Amino acid sequence: MEMHKYMILLYFFVFPCALSHAAGDAALEQRVQRVAAELRCLVCQNQSLADSHAELAVDLKNKVREQLERGASEKDVLQFMTERYGDFVLYRPPLKTTTLLLWFGPGLLLLAGLAALFLRLRRRSAVAAEPVLTAAERARAATLLDSSSDPNSLNHHGEPKAR
Amino acid sequence: MVPELGQFALILALILAVAQGTLPLIGAARGVAPWMGLARPAAQGQFVFVAIAFGCLTYSFVNNDFSVLYVASNSNTTLPLQYRIAAVWGGHEGSLLLWVLMLTLWTMAVSVFSDRLPDDIVSRVLGVLGLISVGFLCFMLFTSNPFDRLLPAAMDGRDLNPLLQDPGMVFHPPMLYMGYVGFSVAFAFAIAALLSGRLDATWARWSRPWTTLAWMFLTLGIALGSWWAYYELGWGGWWFWDPVENASFMPWLMGTALIHSLAVTEKRGAFKSWTVLLAIFAFALSLLGTFLVRSGVITSVHAFATDPKRGIFILAFLVIVIGGSLILFAWRAHRVGLGGRFDRVSRESFLLLNNVMLVVATGSVLLGTLYPLFLDALGLGKISVGPPYFDTVFVALMAPALFLMGVGPLARWKQASLPELATRLKWAFAVAVVGALLLPLTMGKWTPLATFGFLLALWIVASSVTTLWSRLKQTPAAGLGAKLRTQSRSYYGMLLAHVGVAVFVVGVTMVKSYEAEKDVRLAVGEAVELGGYAFRLDALNEVTGPNYRAMRGTLTVTRDGAAVRTMYPEKRIYNVQKNAMTEAAIDTGFTRDLYVSLGEPVGNNAWLVRVQVKPFVDWIWGGCVLMALGGLLSVLDRRYRVAVRARAEAVAAAGTAAAG
Repeated sequence: MEMHKYMILLYFFVFPCALSHAAGDAALEQRVQRVAAELRCLVCQNQSLADSHAELAVDLKNKVREQLERGASEKDVLQFMTERYGDFVLYRPPLKTTTLLLWFGPGLLLLAGLAALFLRLRRRSAVAAEPVLTAAERARAATLLDSSSDPNSLNHHGEPKAR
Repeated sequence: MVPELGQFALILALILAVAQGTLPLIGAARGVAPWMGLARPAAQGQFVFVAIAFGCLTYSFVNNDFSVLYVASNSNTTLPLQYRIAAVWGGHEGSLLLWVLMLTLWTMAVSVFSDRLPDDIVSRVLGVLGLISVGFLCFMLFTSNPFDRLLPAAMDGRDLNPLLQDPGMVFHPPMLYMGYVGFSVAFAFAIAALLSGRLDATWARWSRPWTTLAWMFLTLGIALGSWWAYYELGWGGWWFWDPVENASFMPWLMGTALIHSLAVTEKRGAFKSWTVLLAIFAFALSLLGTFLVRSGVITSVHAFATDPKRGIFILAFLVIVIGGSLILFAWRAHRVGLGGRFDRVSRESFLLLNNVMLVVATGSVLLGTLYPLFLDALGLGKISVGPPYFDTVFVALMAPALFLMGVGPLARWKQASLPELATRLKWAFAVAVVGALLLPLTMGKWTPLATFGFLLALWIVASSVTTLWSRLKQTPAAGLGAKLRTQSRSYYGMLLAHVGVAVFVVGVTMVKSYEAEKDVRLAVGEAVELGGYAFRLDALNEVTGPNYRAMRGTLTVTRDGAAVRTMYPEKRIYNVQKNAMTEAAIDTGFTRDLYVSLGEPVGNNAWLVRVQVKPFVDWIWGGCVLMALGGLLSVLDRRYRVAVRARAEAVAAAGTAAAG
């Protein structure tokens, strides 16, 4: 069993790997990494193909390398993987009706946030602002902050007894 | 016997929590002083009993009491002592106990360091914290009791997950929970302010140091978690946008917005209701994070559906806490005034804009995290939302926020002028642009991403220097040293935290743009070259650890023929759970890490080896440490400490003012 596993590994991984490195094909390796980072390792907890050492991941990464070598574009490879494993394999979900909110949500949130901010600021400058604290109020605040609370200065509702 | 004591202590803690969560609140509303007086002793007693319970569970772990189900599930006789202690929080039940321990610790800290606060505020704050505690203690006692017995006892335990058998496990969760749970104090202050109707600058000043402290712990906790993942998971990533990570990151983002908003409320009396809302949201996200992680909903929606007891409990708790506080907010917040006036262009507006960006970023992370769960639950298909999505969205939202970081501190309160700001910042901007164009060239390759990252980082640093410089110029003291000394600690804290963000951005930019990695087959004697370093595999040995067996590689790293380091990556098989663990070997450096991990064996005395060169990766965590230190510096600011003289002076001033 073990031996068998290694033979598969040798077949799928080591030979193509050795070949590609022998050719010094750094550009190809980079493309493989880029595609692999977009794909989910289906047998791992939450890990991309690029990061995973799992057998299936290594196998799939070789598939990616093989296809890229044969002249497929990165998009083709992602397409192939989606056909085989469904949208779940893509870490960048495709844009379709069910994912519209996912992709446009942040933009909508931003617009809503900015609009709310703008309206708020405009309304604010229209409304007369609260009067700034008087000197006496400031001093009282300072006393409250810097001294241990004096039970006589407050009634039970926390309001000052006399202003 | 000991587990029963622990159980009993938890029940007593619950009774005290109920007392703490009801009587002081009613007392504060009705003005019954003795009831309010209960808050402090109840809080302290509750801490003592939870600590006893925690001690009992630890005792059971240390003594390998496998008649306790939780111990049997998470420990083993061969587990080293430090991990048997850390295993206390290695599973669901114990994590909750740690959560409650942290909550009661914070509560006790508030009860001890609140002698300057009016009694009714203290009673309300402690009362709210007591109610939160009631929720969690009930959750633990009714659905997740760590002291449940296993009869007959197991011969040996099922061991702690090997991933968790690491020093990181000892420090990361307590630190993270300190931060998570710390936001409950900010929340309690906000609710107390709503209840009392006294929402003012004073309130902001009371709640600010607590919030900053919680934020500091959360920053460190997340950084530790990221660093741990980096060296323990064995493939060299440092952030995966995993739901569990997002669960801790969302409260952090919201907390960051909160501490900025609190600054405005304290200094200018503005944004009051907004600050309260942020405090509610920050804590709500902490609870949501707990729900996501603890209900099992992340691993699979269906796992949640088959055993929904725990999930439903937290969900109900979440609805009560968030719903209740939002209703209270809607009911009371309109009584809050607007605060100090400010112009559309002013530091207040910049901070508000930054707040919007942070909240939108939080919302987007939340959307991305929950989206797959909702789609799956609605039967609309399974999708994965991973790093490519989050990187795209998050960077787009954060870049403007980072830009604003440079402008905000320099803008005047109340009213600022854009042309004036532009004049004052033009040199900072020029330095950032030139640096951003040139720096990537020193790394040998120009990329747009690197330029953009450097632009943001340099901009933050250069504008911080400009801010400090113009502030020093306005300081009347003579001599640079004297001028530097007169600035407050919270000011330096702010600058340090901002520079921390810049350092973090440099780390991320360098790693993302210039990291190099190779997966190669190495037999003993063979070498691989990467980034100017040669890694030669010298030996492969089998080694035996206390509870695992491992294959250990010996690699000699040289650069231009000179020896750099000998590295020992391992592949471990743990005896009990039989899973393989990759123990990477890392050579840490100021400007780069070398990272070597063993993949799989391939035939005759050869292994797949992954070698990586990660430039400036440690700056990522260094930046976080600087941010946390900045927070610490702010908390240590003089104005938060009791100065006896200042107090006497204030009392005298109040007397004079009242007389006049």
